[in-house]
Amino acid sequence: MEVISAYVPSAVLNAHTISQLPLALPELLLLILTSIILVVDLFVNDKTRGATYILAQATLLGLAALTIVTFSSKAQLAFSGTFIRDAMGDLLKIFVYVITFAVFLYSKNYLKARDLYRGEYYTLGLFGVLGMAILISAHNFLTVYLGLELLSLCLYAMVALQRDSSVASESAMKYFVLGAIASGMLLYGMSMIYGATGSLDLAVISKQAVVAQHNIVLIFGLVFVIVGIAFKLGAVPFHMWLPDVYQGSPTAVTVYLGSAPKIAAFAMLMRLLVDGLGGLHVQWQDILIILSVASMAVGNLIAIVQTNIKRMLAYSTISHVGFLMLGVIAVSKDGYASAMFYTLVYTLMALGAFGMIMLMSRFGFESEMLDDFRGLNQRSPWFAFVMLIFMFSMAGVPPFVGFWAKLAVLKAIVAQDMVWLAVVAVAFSVIGAFYYLRIIKLMYFDTPQESQALEGATDLRVLLSLNGLAILFLGFKPDLLLALCNTVLR
Amino acid sequence: MFVGWPLLSLVIWTPIIGGILVLATGGDKNATEARVLGLVIAIVTFLLSIPLYTDFNANTAAMQFIEFHDWFYLGSWKIYYHLGVDGIAMPLILLTSFMTVIVIISAWEVIQFKAAQYMAAFLIMEGLMIGVFSALDAALFYVFWEAMLIPMFIVIGIWGGPRRVYATIKFFLYTFLGSGFMLVAFIYMASKAGNFEILQLHALKLSMKEQILIFFAFLFAFAVKVPMWPVHTWLPDAHVEAPTGGSVILAAIMLKLGAYGFLRFSLPITPDASHALDWLMILLSLVAVVYIGFVALVQQDMKKLIAYSSISHMGFVTLGFFIMWTIFTHTGSYKGAVTGIEGGMVQMISHGFVSGAMFLCVGVMYDRLHSRQISDYGGVVNTMPTFAAFMVFFAMANAGLPGTSGFVGEFLVILASFKANFWYAFLAATTLILGAAYTLWMVKRVIFGAVANDKVAMLTDINSREFLFLSLLAVIVLFFGLYPAPLLHVMDASVANLVKHVVQSKLPVP
Repeated sequence: MEVISAYVPSAVLNAHTISQLPLALPELLLLILTSIILVVDLFVNDKTRGATYILAQATLLGLAALTIVTFSSKAQLAFSGTFIRDAMGDLLKIFVYVITFAVFLYSKNYLKARDLYRGEYYTLGLFGVLGMAILISAHNFLTVYLGLELLSLCLYAMVALQRDSSVASESAMKYFVLGAIASGMLLYGMSMIYGATGSLDLAVISKQAVVAQHNIVLIFGLVFVIVGIAFKLGAVPFHMWLPDVYQGSPTAVTVYLGSAPKIAAFAMLMRLLVDGLGGLHVQWQDILIILSVASMAVGNLIAIVQTNIKRMLAYSTISHVGFLMLGVIAVSKDGYASAMFYTLVYTLMALGAFGMIMLMSRFGFESEMLDDFRGLNQRSPWFAFVMLIFMFSMAGVPPFVGFWAKLAVLKAIVAQDMVWLAVVAVAFSVIGAFYYLRIIKLMYFDTPQESQALEGATDLRVLLSLNGLAILFLGFKPDLLLALCNTVLR
Repeated sequence: MFVGWPLLSLVIWTPIIGGILVLATGGDKNATEARVLGLVIAIVTFLLSIPLYTDFNANTAAMQFIEFHDWFYLGSWKIYYHLGVDGIAMPLILLTSFMTVIVIISAWEVIQFKAAQYMAAFLIMEGLMIGVFSALDAALFYVFWEAMLIPMFIVIGIWGGPRRVYATIKFFLYTFLGSGFMLVAFIYMASKAGNFEILQLHALKLSMKEQILIFFAFLFAFAVKVPMWPVHTWLPDAHVEAPTGGSVILAAIMLKLGAYGFLRFSLPITPDASHALDWLMILLSLVAVVYIGFVALVQQDMKKLIAYSSISHMGFVTLGFFIMWTIFTHTGSYKGAVTGIEGGMVQMISHGFVSGAMFLCVGVMYDRLHSRQISDYGGVVNTMPTFAAFMVFFAMANAGLPGTSGFVGEFLVILASFKANFWYAFLAATTLILGAAYTLWMVKRVIFGAVANDKVAMLTDINSREFLFLSLLAVIVLFFGLYPAPLLHVMDASVANLVKHVVQSKLPVP
């Protein structure tokens, strides 16, 4: 049974495996450090919680630095081909670490004001990061599933962090049930593909997929795998959980949920569909086109009628997911790079927008309704401007980087002679522009209900300002990031 | 003496960076500093733009003052920071930098709420609009084109009238939708040419089907901006709600961007489609001239009346641009084509000054009475004689009285239309009657007659600041009316070259 041995990872820790351990050093360190933080947190009380926070942040920064130093420009497989260390993975992981760092910083005061400033948030968050890192580096269906479940379990628990809030419990329940169904679908699809190809190893599958393009079992499996991915990304029609979970979770969790996991989900899409099932692109291209157009339509149209900004941003996420899928649909190096660029840019923008909500919220005041942004320009002109940057960038108006992200994706699509798809995407972007404009309208054209300027910790204000300026700066030098995306996918 | 200076970059970035500095002066307590700084920056920018005229070589159609730098790679395509002007763009840049000075002066005491943000918005907008006129890379062009919407959106929304939010969102979305299609057209052409260089797009061979689709994509973007009937409806709303400065910039410059787009993109990139569809453009232009002229006649609101008159005048511009093929079929030569396009160009510049002045006049009255309704006025000449003189003069220019710049453009376009088709010329010439009718009737009701009510009786005449900007504009309108040669001279070579390029078919040789 040679086929079997190809997928069963060697359970024995032989010398060969140990020599490969350094490839997974960041993940291993993350696991060890998170476990240490877990233990340390047992010995701190609410007054000394800062220790947990600082350790968590130091861990993330350290890992980001370590990954930069050991950046792997060529793909290396480890542990019998279940784990891959390559440039794309490293870049995405660096972003995951840095963005989670920002998430923890943004949410600190929010958590404090709501009696949620506990160790669970940080340990769950870090285990989630571990899940993302594994998912990004997965090169075998088992590793994909392992990483995905580790991430999802942490997310379910984090959504329910606010135990006495019925909305949070409800959304956690909803998320868990739907997430479990999606995982089941994914597993089912994987089993089908295993049946058709005889392997769980993406390298073997990718070879088989090319020769067995019309194998009905393989295509059947593909459909279920796509369902799983679409659920994680939040693409229509698998988006139902997203608005409820975004709205129901404490904003500190929403910002976590809405930023870094999108990068991991993108990596999953790339690993499974492009690396693994690239040979079936004729089949999945059509499926993704439907998902993408539906996501752009539903996301943009329903976002218009929202009054809760977290819910509005949830629908905006759905529409952005539709847009980034266009890059994958192009099935070209340019297209993948543009989709990756789009994902990273989107994550930066979403991070900032949710950070803004947290800056505006205070003890006993969530600031999650659109009306809470009324007259912000008269209260704090600088932060109104920062939010304006995020909103115009999301709408895809130059000179902000969101425009270049959209242009890169459209370019990839048009280069594949799918001009009609580009026209559809542009039309929905215009519809989408309306609800971003409404936020700007509220901030700039309406009179405020209260007059005091925004308060907030200095570190939060500084990082949020930097976040906004990064969007503006990248608008002038998009190649800083775009060239990187092109390089890692070469 | 300016050889080697990056003049275009200077006139683009001086106001943008200056605008940021003005913002940095802070809140309303430093309003005076913000105003002074804003005026200084606007004047410096204007002075910097003057060498563009004095050092301009009018004998060549080639792009001048070129700045060419790599910007970045978008995938396999390189995007350049490529600037340059020809005789078509250069006068429009001067118009922009001049009108911004006027707008800053006109807003001096009038804008009390967030004066720094107001000044900064206009300065940044100035830089972006000059960027549109000088960009020679379509991606760069698009960045300026869209970014320009942001300050205008905010200007109308913050300092506008009661329905400002509706008007400004309508303005933004209309323009954004139109530009979206243009963007797709750019990407499509870049996928054929390998980059976004406008001059290379000019040379790109395109089949008829491609040309038609691209033509319509451009038409969406530019017709909304001009605006042409039937996508003009955002303009009256935006004008009525915008503050005076916003109306001036909208009428004087933003409308010209659409017309400029036809000259820079539609005609040279899709000449065969333009030829095939010139009937449509002529039809839309004539509808604008005649029908919108009638609409202007019945307006009760002065700003709305001038807004409709703008649409009608811009119909002249597009008529002048697209009449060349009819002239050719009629006379067998392209000589008249140059007249038509130059007439359109002169009309653009002249309309920039005249409509700007008209909006400023309405602004002067609005600042005193807080009404734009014609019926609230009457007999203003009795209380504001100096102002009345200016208003009557600009109204005459708006109606196209010989001796004012308004006459030159209209005359040239009508002249060209006669070479094409008598009925085109006949319909276009109705504007001489209609324009006179709606403008002079408004003047009669507002300025002349007995003093209508107590409020008008208490009006004070214009102060020296208002006298300053109105007289500056009056001098220019009169100057170009009597002596348009300097204007025509700089655009001659470029327009002739454009016509020569456009008459050559770009269809791939089978």
